[in-house]
Amino acid sequence: MSNPSQAFGGFITILTGALSYGFKGIGQIFYFATPIMLTGLSVGFAFKTGLFNIGASGQFIIGAYAGIYTSVAIKSIGPAHWVLALLASFVAGSLWALIPGLLKAYANVHEVISSIMMNYIGMYLVNYLVGNSSFLFDQKRNQSVPVPEYSQIPKMGLDKVFPGSSIHGGIIIAIIAVFIINIILNKTTFGYELKAVGYNRDASKYAGINEKKSIVLSMAIAGALAGLAGGLLYLAGSGKHIEIVDVIAAEGFTGISVALLGLSNPIGILFSALFIAYITEGGFYLQLYNFSPQVIEIIIAVIIYFSAFSLIIQSFVSRFNKRKGEKE
Amino acid sequence: MDYIIEMNNITKEFPGIKANDNITLKVKKGEIHALLGENGAGKSTLMSVLFGLYQPEEGNIKIRGQEVSINNPLDANELGIGMVHQHFKLVHNFTVLQNIILGVETTENGFLKMDIAKEKIISLSEKYNLSVDPDEIISDITVGMQQRVEILKMLYRDNEILILDEPTAVLTPQEIDELMGIMLKLVKEGKSIIFITHKLAEIKKVADRCTVIRRGKYIGVVNVKDTEIETMSEMMVGRKINLNIDKSESKPTDNVLEVRDLSIKSNREGHNKNIVDNVSFNVKRGEILCIAGIDGNGQTELIQAITGLIQSDSGQIILNGEDVTKKSIRYKNTHGLSHIPEDRHRYGLVLDYNLAENSILQQYFEPSFNKKGFLKQYNIKEYGEKLIKEYDIRTSQGIRTITRSMSGGNQQKLIVAREISRNPDILVAMQPTRGLDVGAIEYIHKQLVIERDKGNAVLLVSLELDEVMNLSDRILVIYKGAIVASLNPNNITTRELGLYMSGSKREG
Repeated sequence: MSNPSQAFGGFITILTGALSYGFKGIGQIFYFATPIMLTGLSVGFAFKTGLFNIGASGQFIIGAYAGIYTSVAIKSIGPAHWVLALLASFVAGSLWALIPGLLKAYANVHEVISSIMMNYIGMYLVNYLVGNSSFLFDQKRNQSVPVPEYSQIPKMGLDKVFPGSSIHGGIIIAIIAVFIINIILNKTTFGYELKAVGYNRDASKYAGINEKKSIVLSMAIAGALAGLAGGLLYLAGSGKHIEIVDVIAAEGFTGISVALLGLSNPIGILFSALFIAYITEGGFYLQLYNFSPQVIEIIIAVIIYFSAFSLIIQSFVSRFNKRKGEKE
Repeated sequence: MDYIIEMNNITKEFPGIKANDNITLKVKKGEIHALLGENGAGKSTLMSVLFGLYQPEEGNIKIRGQEVSINNPLDANELGIGMVHQHFKLVHNFTVLQNIILGVETTENGFLKMDIAKEKIISLSEKYNLSVDPDEIISDITVGMQQRVEILKMLYRDNEILILDEPTAVLTPQEIDELMGIMLKLVKEGKSIIFITHKLAEIKKVADRCTVIRRGKYIGVVNVKDTEIETMSEMMVGRKINLNIDKSESKPTDNVLEVRDLSIKSNREGHNKNIVDNVSFNVKRGEILCIAGIDGNGQTELIQAITGLIQSDSGQIILNGEDVTKKSIRYKNTHGLSHIPEDRHRYGLVLDYNLAENSILQQYFEPSFNKKGFLKQYNIKEYGEKLIKEYDIRTSQGIRTITRSMSGGNQQKLIVAREISRNPDILVAMQPTRGLDVGAIEYIHKQLVIERDKGNAVLLVSLELDEVMNLSDRILVIYKGAIVASLNPNNITTRELGLYMSGSKREG
């Protein structure tokens, strides 16, 4: 068991641990941040358009499977093979989210229920598909085979800047996605429509917006982002494989934390993903003090609780101020 | 000492704002005392002080001559003060009986004894002609009936002083008449009523005296019998208000909208009557056609079908000579139809968008606001500012104001501004002045007449008889989904119109 006198040292480790190996550590932060930035973006984007995408985990793992399948099963098309594989992840995640989207738009099935179910369906389906595949399954390790080098995401020179880390070009793709989503949400008529439907479906209908189409598209885009996250993590060539275990991918749920902490704002999500990756990495070094690394998950949960509390208090204060205004 | 309530020199301050500034309200025993003021004048704050929800900074309250301090609603209840809030506080899946005794349950050895309570309720209900059935579930009874349950709740608690906060806002003309009867009966039995409203005609009808407040300040108290409606409205608004619209004779020209044999089936189970039953009419350029009727007679569905929010089951809608029955809402919006919706929060505005974003709700995709899929922020800003200026919309932060934080009157002004600025051929206005104060009503009425005089058509749906009589050039009366009369407002009286609306009279 851990010793209370080590608490301070442990605390310092959480805050600085990620930096203790210099550029390698920073590279690791980006590596950890890549998938959760995208799942966070997926949840945050859906949230901005009035949907709660709790199914990012399912879309993530389906995306990962599609990526691995495309890279292993299809003959190499040359150095751009990884683009094809990522595209497969993107499309697969999008299709997986399309189902709850359609159900929501046309049958009024709440997306929380249907996307939770899609998480389980996705997980078991991928386990089945990998476990029963002759060429994807590594029987000895009970996991998927490594992806061939030609379909791994290139390092884009980042390994030179952060030597020794697992960083790869995925972080650049994730950051580009953040900016694209930010532009879509805030600058385009498309984003204007999606947000309007999210805020008020009836008023959007009144305004002549096809609100059913908007819901389906929102969900599909959110799913595509989560699928892309799966592709970026499993095609990184960093020794990550789909393991045949009955556990829902954690990245989807971490995405919810990231989105909450970033207030669903794309730029906020970029930084909250880096922050959570940073303290998660610091958490690994907690073992030096006999703390279990799971402590960091508790700490993240506490941080999110307190940011939620601060928001509640904030909205309470502003509501109070507004009331005063009305009583004028 | 004949005042039952004296609120002397009440001042209630919120940081930065004096919501009540030296207000005095004295209510005699056994009178109906109206409290008149525009939205936001401080009526609710004053009543919250009386009800113990706020503590005043200055001033005192005397009940039956005794100075009291009311710290919470329970204290108020002790003193015999009861309040019917504008939004009822009822448990929807409870019966009337259960709602009334909630909080003052009669028990015996810890078990509920409903029988005594039920008897008392029935006798109270008979005494005041409330005709409330104690065993009915709240969600099954009409809004008017729910209000009576609220009144019964106060009577059951033996309250002597009843505060009614905007009680007529949700009622039909007939229900209003009945409510007025009940109020008169209550004061005859010795109760005292504070009647909060901004509807002058109702004050004139039932109130004995009237206290007027404006922007948190006490303006005066008048004897209703000796005071003209115009005088009271001037006191309330601070300037002369003209609700009698000066408008020239209409000169209707060609048809803009034609509705032919429109029917909508009821989708409630067991109802095979049509909600809208074979309705045909047309609206011409340069006229205001008004559809009058009591709420719930199919006018909501009729308008929703015309504007495209719901589909009709049969019939045709022809806009500018083109059959648009099956066309999308967007098509209608861009082909000359503007719509001021009945429910401005549900349909009219995206409340979390700011003013500028709401001002382009149906136009964001047009070339003036959209370039290759990107919003033209500068033009949107300009447009929002233009609307604020031209239509005198009051906001705290200009175009950046989130519409949720705007007052109801200004929200409605924004919708009216947006719909008129789209230069429609026909403006469909569904209860455009509902819940607004006199100043805003006057303004919106003027805008509708201006639209007409520009040579556009206006289709107005209103539940307010005065509005119908004042504004319209032609009146259609809708009753149980069918048009039962087509009238000329110059040739009929309000009373006659009321008879058509209630279905007691039909045109040949």
